[in-house]
Amino acid sequence: MRNNNPYLPYPVRIKRAEIATEDKSLRTFELEFLYKEDAEAFRYLPGQFAELSVPGYGEAPIGIASSPTEGDTLLFTVSKAGSLTTKLHSMSEGDIMGVRGPLGTSYPLEQMEGKNVVILAGGYAVTTLRSTMVWLLHPDNRPKYRDITFVYGARTPGMILYKDLLEEWETNSDANIHLTIDNEAPGWDKHVGFVPQVAEKIAPSPENAMALVCGPPVMIKFTQPVLDKCGWQSDQIIMSLENRMKCGVGICGRCNVGPHYVCKDGPVFSKAELDGLPKEY
Amino acid sequence: MQDKILDKSEMDTFLERLGQEYDVHAPVPEKGSVEWAPVTSSRDLVWEFTNTGVSPKRYVFPQTECMMRFTNRSDDPEGMILKEEPGLKRRQALLNIRPCDAKAFRVLDRVYCQDEKSNDVYWRDKREKTLYLGLACKSPCPTCFCTSVFSGPHHEEGLDVLLVDLGERLLVRPLTEKGETIASPLDDAPEEAVQEAARQKEEAEAAIQSKVDMENIEARDVMELYEAPMWDREYESCLNCGVCTYVCPTCHCFDIQDETQGEQGRRVRNWDTCMSWLFTYHTSGHNPRGTKKDRYRQRFMHKFKYMPVKFDVIGCVGCGRCTTRCPVNIDVTEVVQGMNEQE
Repeated sequence: MRNNNPYLPYPVRIKRAEIATEDKSLRTFELEFLYKEDAEAFRYLPGQFAELSVPGYGEAPIGIASSPTEGDTLLFTVSKAGSLTTKLHSMSEGDIMGVRGPLGTSYPLEQMEGKNVVILAGGYAVTTLRSTMVWLLHPDNRPKYRDITFVYGARTPGMILYKDLLEEWETNSDANIHLTIDNEAPGWDKHVGFVPQVAEKIAPSPENAMALVCGPPVMIKFTQPVLDKCGWQSDQIIMSLENRMKCGVGICGRCNVGPHYVCKDGPVFSKAELDGLPKEY
Repeated sequence: MQDKILDKSEMDTFLERLGQEYDVHAPVPEKGSVEWAPVTSSRDLVWEFTNTGVSPKRYVFPQTECMMRFTNRSDDPEGMILKEEPGLKRRQALLNIRPCDAKAFRVLDRVYCQDEKSNDVYWRDKREKTLYLGLACKSPCPTCFCTSVFSGPHHEEGLDVLLVDLGERLLVRPLTEKGETIASPLDDAPEEAVQEAARQKEEAEAAIQSKVDMENIEARDVMELYEAPMWDREYESCLNCGVCTYVCPTCHCFDIQDETQGEQGRRVRNWDTCMSWLFTYHTSGHNPRGTKKDRYRQRFMHKFKYMPVKFDVIGCVGCGRCTTRCPVNIDVTEVVQGMNEQE
């Protein structure tokens, strides 16, 4: 944080802004810090998020899609939804904006060491899991983990994010990559069906494993019984929550789920933790 | 520290001395109520009042507060970069603050200054630059229940000085170094004044009618309280008007908004309320607290369960303002009693 003020964003410049999906609802932004010391101060891990800040328009909490292993720039894929994100979609390379963070907790990377990792992602919730995959597959980190299975579903081939990277993982990494789309499409030779169906086909073993599950509520709802059937326990399943936020540091009072603030105590929670909390998310 | 004595006829001298270092604010009569305002003369002060209509939390957490400014111009190299707003220029003194309201600041310190990452610079700045001169309660209101929430009519937590009204004179009890500095020029209090203050304390504590038991709330887990059947009935009369959150000394939720006018822009924070459906409304249209019941329950669960779990403190000081102001007569002590008893 800047000047020890948790509300003051770091000034950044949009280095790259590009349409990410065929329906143009998502754009990917690469942001570079104006000041080197800010880039150094921004120490993050996969699973954390930041407040994207456009003076005059406000802020929105967005998961960090880049991995700290990729250098000093930050990557965010943003859905055009409210006034801030609509403004953001109209901004271009070279424009100045702000980033406040890193905020929240990361995925339990240490707890996952020595285990098989199963990642189940649906839609644009894949962003922080992109970060996680890049981090896990980095030569410094890869030896610490066992088998990595990555399942990612999108509505259509044109809605799949980070295509180049996925291709690279498919050909050059030892991770098991499973891509799926909702319905058959010309030229598509991978899985067809929703993420829960693909998960059922793969039937990931819970033996010495942890699962990161991130996607729309309907995906989570139908994935859970599949994992239950395979014998997964709730403390092996890690999820990431979203709630409306303002301060991002557990003070302004709106994103709580029971006594916990999604912005500060989350967004990453185990299913075991969530089972003991109100479903206010 | 030595108790001191201040004759009320010397109050102007005392105020003048305070005024050299502080902007002094105190409860003053206003349209049939008593509200906080700047004071310069002892004529402004009142000694007989129950409590102010609105709590003094705005002196540390203003209803609207500028956090940052920016130049709203992209062609300016310094444009579109948010700059921190400087802190309070002059120190402020809250004279005759009630012990419950002073304790509220202590409660909120736990929220605003949690750790290095969650350290609210705006809150901290004003907390450090404010002097708290409390006035002990002589006659608590029927809605007061401070003694049930670890406060009381002579409670000293959060105060620099406690004043006890002895009629013509005030007992001045310094409680901190800052308070000592203010009290030191005064004469030492005679023993009978100290005894009279102690007698008043006993009397005031005995006068508090409402006793609320919270033991079971602490023992019950979050989900048991959350799913209690009482919420299905209780919320029905609530209008979600939010007046309880407005007058409350410990309601601390806020919104952050940007404002621009020509080339000037600023980022402000405003008091917000969990009674509003917009408070938690997602851009997607989903609302995790979409019903009146959810919001009603949130306010009480937050203060009496979530805050004790998270910050080891009850988020209420028993001032009774929410009960007094509620247009449909929801009594906080009854709700808490319900949470504690349950069927």
